[in-house]
Amino acid sequence: MTAPAVPPRRQFLSQGAALTAALAIAPGLLLYDFARARPPGEPASSAVRWGMLIDTTQCDSGCSACVTACRKENALPEPVRLTDPQWIRKVELEQEGSGRKVSLPMMCQHCADPPCVDVCPTGASFKRADGIVLVDKHRCIGCRYCMMACPYKARSFVHEPVTDHSGATPRGQGTVESCTLCVHRVDRGEIPACVEACAREGHQAILFGNLNDPDSAISRRLRSVASTRLRADLNLDPGVAYEGI
Amino acid sequence: MTAVTATRSGERAYYGWFLFCALLALVGLWAAHQMESQGHVITGMNNQIVWGLPHVFAIFMIVSASGVLNVASVGSVFGRAVYKARAPLAGLLSLALLAGGLTVLMLDLGRPDRVIVAATVYNATSVFAWNVLLYTGLFVSVGFYLWTLMDRTMAAWTQPAGLLVFVWRFVLTTGTGLIFAFLVARQAYASAVLPPMFIAMSLAWGLAIFLLAQSALLRWKAMALHPGIHRRLKNLLGIFVFTVLYLVLAYHLTNAYFARQMPFERFVLRDGGVITALFWGGYGVLGTVLPLLLIFLPGLGTPRSVGAAALLVILGAFSLLYVFIVGGQSYPLQIFPGYVAHSTFGDGAVGEYVPSLPEWALGVGGVAVACLMTLVGVRVFNFLPRDVPEQAVESN
Repeated sequence: MTAPAVPPRRQFLSQGAALTAALAIAPGLLLYDFARARPPGEPASSAVRWGMLIDTTQCDSGCSACVTACRKENALPEPVRLTDPQWIRKVELEQEGSGRKVSLPMMCQHCADPPCVDVCPTGASFKRADGIVLVDKHRCIGCRYCMMACPYKARSFVHEPVTDHSGATPRGQGTVESCTLCVHRVDRGEIPACVEACAREGHQAILFGNLNDPDSAISRRLRSVASTRLRADLNLDPGVAYEGI
Repeated sequence: MTAVTATRSGERAYYGWFLFCALLALVGLWAAHQMESQGHVITGMNNQIVWGLPHVFAIFMIVSASGVLNVASVGSVFGRAVYKARAPLAGLLSLALLAGGLTVLMLDLGRPDRVIVAATVYNATSVFAWNVLLYTGLFVSVGFYLWTLMDRTMAAWTQPAGLLVFVWRFVLTTGTGLIFAFLVARQAYASAVLPPMFIAMSLAWGLAIFLLAQSALLRWKAMALHPGIHRRLKNLLGIFVFTVLYLVLAYHLTNAYFARQMPFERFVLRDGGVITALFWGGYGVLGTVLPLLLIFLPGLGTPRSVGAAALLVILGAFSLLYVFIVGGQSYPLQIFPGYVAHSTFGDGAVGEYVPSLPEWALGVGGVAVACLMTLVGVRVFNFLPRDVPEQAVESN
């Protein structure tokens, strides 16, 4: 007597259930949540708030993979002078007194109450519904008031003509720019280039995800570890948090 | 009313100044063109010092545009005839200074070609956007005020127009101070003292400019100022210089009281190199102590020494604004309290800034635009202050 064959329908259901379970567990195992690809034309939703949690204990002071990845993704020049743009930079810290050393990546903190948006005279600086702070390059007049207002030195002014337009984000001389949280990738359902590069290097110091989802990996981690928002005294509610400082 | 004619040497000086200013204005335009075509990389500004020398010039002129109207306000709002005779010149200087300052500000933009965007799109939460409205309003209200002064049929409107200008210029200078007072990120700014400090600065700087312009105009027409009026105006300048000193002291002393602000104060007052030198030498000695001595020391206070005092007040103004604007940005942002920070982007480091030639040219070009407007204005309109004997008696 031969064993009864498993009907294809039952096989499909069991495989489907296994896949669903894997997808449900995956965010807990992975260091980021996959963003859902947004169909073109669908506006960003305030149900989502994108953010990052940076574990400085996992950030290697000799590594700048995140910076290189950002530069490549957005076709930014190699920073040589203080007039060159830096959307993300590595900052080396030494605690006064103890001498404890910390290394961390620094970029636009995508504040919930961004001062750059408040002060921009033309509304070129704006915040999307999903919390990503951007600059409308067609509306920016290059007054640099947002740079004066940003407590994180996160913005750069394009001091020279732009010759390389191969980057994912439009750039133009005389306008201000900063980290877009790789909005073009996020809208495609991908993660920011810096997060991907950090994971590729094996550090996995940057956790990216939806702060509004209590079950996302970033929300769960924020609940379980002590984290700091930079310049928390200003009460700007940054979307980026740091562990280990 | 008798017509006052200029002397031949006065005419030569007039056209000499006109050509000189026109040349400087052209050089300023050339500098702006260079900055637009090559980018701000040709300036000394960078991603830390984002506002530099052009902003020092622009803010000096905009603040002074408001203060110079004080003479008109005392005349039209408080009805003092001595000052009323000077109101047209004050109004003209105000319009010229505002135009000069805005020219510099606009031409320093990264995209000056988009100035129409700034004029038509307003972000209601932006102090900059409020200021665009305030500048436009000052042009309109001062223009209307001048009209009421020049057209006898409009004379009944002079006092209300003067009152409007009086209120508007205080609001405008408050707005200029708020541009900095609302910057919570930086140690140098975010202080409620700034708007009144800007108002006091406007009074002193505006009057210093007025005295110099009046003196030049009188020399052009070979006229002399009545000693009584001279005494009143020079005393007023001295009081304004004292007021600025008081508010600058209040600003630094309140800062020094907060432990978190002390490193910044040490930077400005002791360790800041050029910034410290400009504060003590430029503003303190040359811009404050010397003018006060020139005004009040027995035996001094003559028209010549008061003219020198007015020039020194302007020199002190540039020093103070440089310390405030450039020094305020040079001091690194305190993002990581308790840590010493360094990076390739200047974190934790004092910012470097050396103004470049195009920046000087643009700033001086703006001043030249203001001078040109004034020269044309006094030629076309009858703006020379004329004092009748009763007014001189009143001023004694």
